[in-house]
Amino acid sequence: MSSDKLTIKQRFDRWMIKHGRVLVIGIPYFWLFLFFLVPFLIVLKISFSVAEYAQPPYTPLFEWIDEGIAITLNFGNYLFLLSDSLYATAYLNSIRIAAISTIITLLIGYPMAYGIARAQGSMRSVLLMLVILPFWTSFLIRVYAWIGILDREGLINAFLLWAGIISEPLIMRQTEFAVYVGIVYTYLPFMILPLYSTLEKMDVSLVEAALDLGCKPWQAFAKITLPLSMPGILAGSLLVFIPAVGEFVIPELLGGPNTLMIGRTLWNEFFANRDWPIASAVAIAMLIFLVVPIMWFQHIQTKQEEGQQ
Amino acid sequence: MSSKRSTFLISALVFGFAFLYVPILLVIIYSFNEGKLVTVWAGFSTKWYVSLFSNDGMIDAAWNSLRIGVMSATLALALGTPAGLVMSRFGRFKGRTLFSGMIAAPLVMPEVITGLSLLLLFVTLEQMIGWPAGRGLSTITIAHTTFCAAYVAVVVQSRLSGMDTSVEEAAMDLGAKPAKIFFVITLPMILPALLAGWLLSFTLSLDDLVIASFVAGPGSTTLPMKVFSSVRLGVSPEINALATLIILAVSVMIIIASLMILRSERMRSRASADAQH
Repeated sequence: MSSDKLTIKQRFDRWMIKHGRVLVIGIPYFWLFLFFLVPFLIVLKISFSVAEYAQPPYTPLFEWIDEGIAITLNFGNYLFLLSDSLYATAYLNSIRIAAISTIITLLIGYPMAYGIARAQGSMRSVLLMLVILPFWTSFLIRVYAWIGILDREGLINAFLLWAGIISEPLIMRQTEFAVYVGIVYTYLPFMILPLYSTLEKMDVSLVEAALDLGCKPWQAFAKITLPLSMPGILAGSLLVFIPAVGEFVIPELLGGPNTLMIGRTLWNEFFANRDWPIASAVAIAMLIFLVVPIMWFQHIQTKQEEGQQ
Repeated sequence: MSSKRSTFLISALVFGFAFLYVPILLVIIYSFNEGKLVTVWAGFSTKWYVSLFSNDGMIDAAWNSLRIGVMSATLALALGTPAGLVMSRFGRFKGRTLFSGMIAAPLVMPEVITGLSLLLLFVTLEQMIGWPAGRGLSTITIAHTTFCAAYVAVVVQSRLSGMDTSVEEAAMDLGAKPAKIFFVITLPMILPALLAGWLLSFTLSLDDLVIASFVAGPGSTTLPMKVFSSVRLGVSPEINALATLIILAVSVMIIIASLMILRSERMRSRASADAQH
């Protein structure tokens, strides 16, 4: 009995040594492949199918699958996206809003990250913790908090009216301004953390040497600190920009009916119009634009990891 | 000159942290407001907490979210830990670039795209092999596991990259099997990262609205979905009360976790200092 058990164990060990490596790579590989990569191929496929089959919420794909072999590529959805200016507007709006928000986030986040990196020992960990903490609390609730502040009957208007600065409430919610506030507010920690990690590693003596040699502080900043923190600036900006392009919750809750963004358009095509092929085509159009920033982000990630090792 | 600079940095920090925390504090304060209006303080009251706990729909949704959160955080840990290990310790192998791409991309992928693509996958799979039969808690769990695993992999990978490999190498030289090295040496050393990864996954899952909305089925409404549908109509004091409870729970969880991580790190550094004497 015991010898029998031993051989099974031995066999298992031998098998593990031979195939263990493949198993450890294979399981997460398979999972991510099936649930992350394959879905994009299906989106691509469905973006070429015909919208008529997709009218009722759940039946479209039955019909589409049945005729799978007979189906030819239908570019109608993409032509429709090009012909209706609504999509182009939403697309360009998203890129513009995401880019401006990224710049504002960088301008607020950079001095904060710099201040934290230059703070003393225990103070630094407390400040860092204070940056991370909101990131852990619900995203939805942090967006929601601004409804009460920016609303027509919100706190800012109540305060300004009470102070006599304005006589009519300002319209702040349901404007593009509110969308900027929302994006900057919720994505700020994503900007600060990578900036902090590059600024913290930076050798301060370089700046001191430049100052000793007669550089003005802003020159030392422009010539030394800024170039050295470039990896953090890029990583932080991409971490804000890419998800902000596809943002749905913030424009929906804080933006007005005219604040068209591509994520919101996709949501409405899917949930309100139940047009799955058009929603898929919108997703693919968004991905085509985002593929370069995403690959750039991956490149920075890998380079940083290799630098650490 | 330098004092001018530090004044600027300090005011940037004060302004920045005020920006981060004032909205959260206002939500907490107004959750105790007697009246229904946000701008008018009508006296202290806990009635919105009472009404929150008697809202059955909200309680059911909270249970759904907690169940999904625990399941997907645990699965994400089981998948993300080997993925992080592979990225930092396995060197080059065929398909490594694709693998690292599939770990980095979910971190930034817009949620509407992830949600739509997973839904279409589930629908297609159901047509082809009959699984998953309908959508509900299990499809949300799979969706959350996928993007949480990427976060866990990144956390584990960065922990492993910053770690000394000499103990692992010594064990290998002494003939320990790879699996034994992992469970006896590597795992205890990355335990803080695993804890952080689990907690991160749990909160990300608890927080997700967009992906869950795409892959949910009837009867699997999660807490964010419930919150979203009531928040769409404007501010509600009940949501303020819920937000306060969530913020409280998260803060307590984070503080306990960081104390635990800090203590384990202190013990380790003390142990290594003792070993050097």
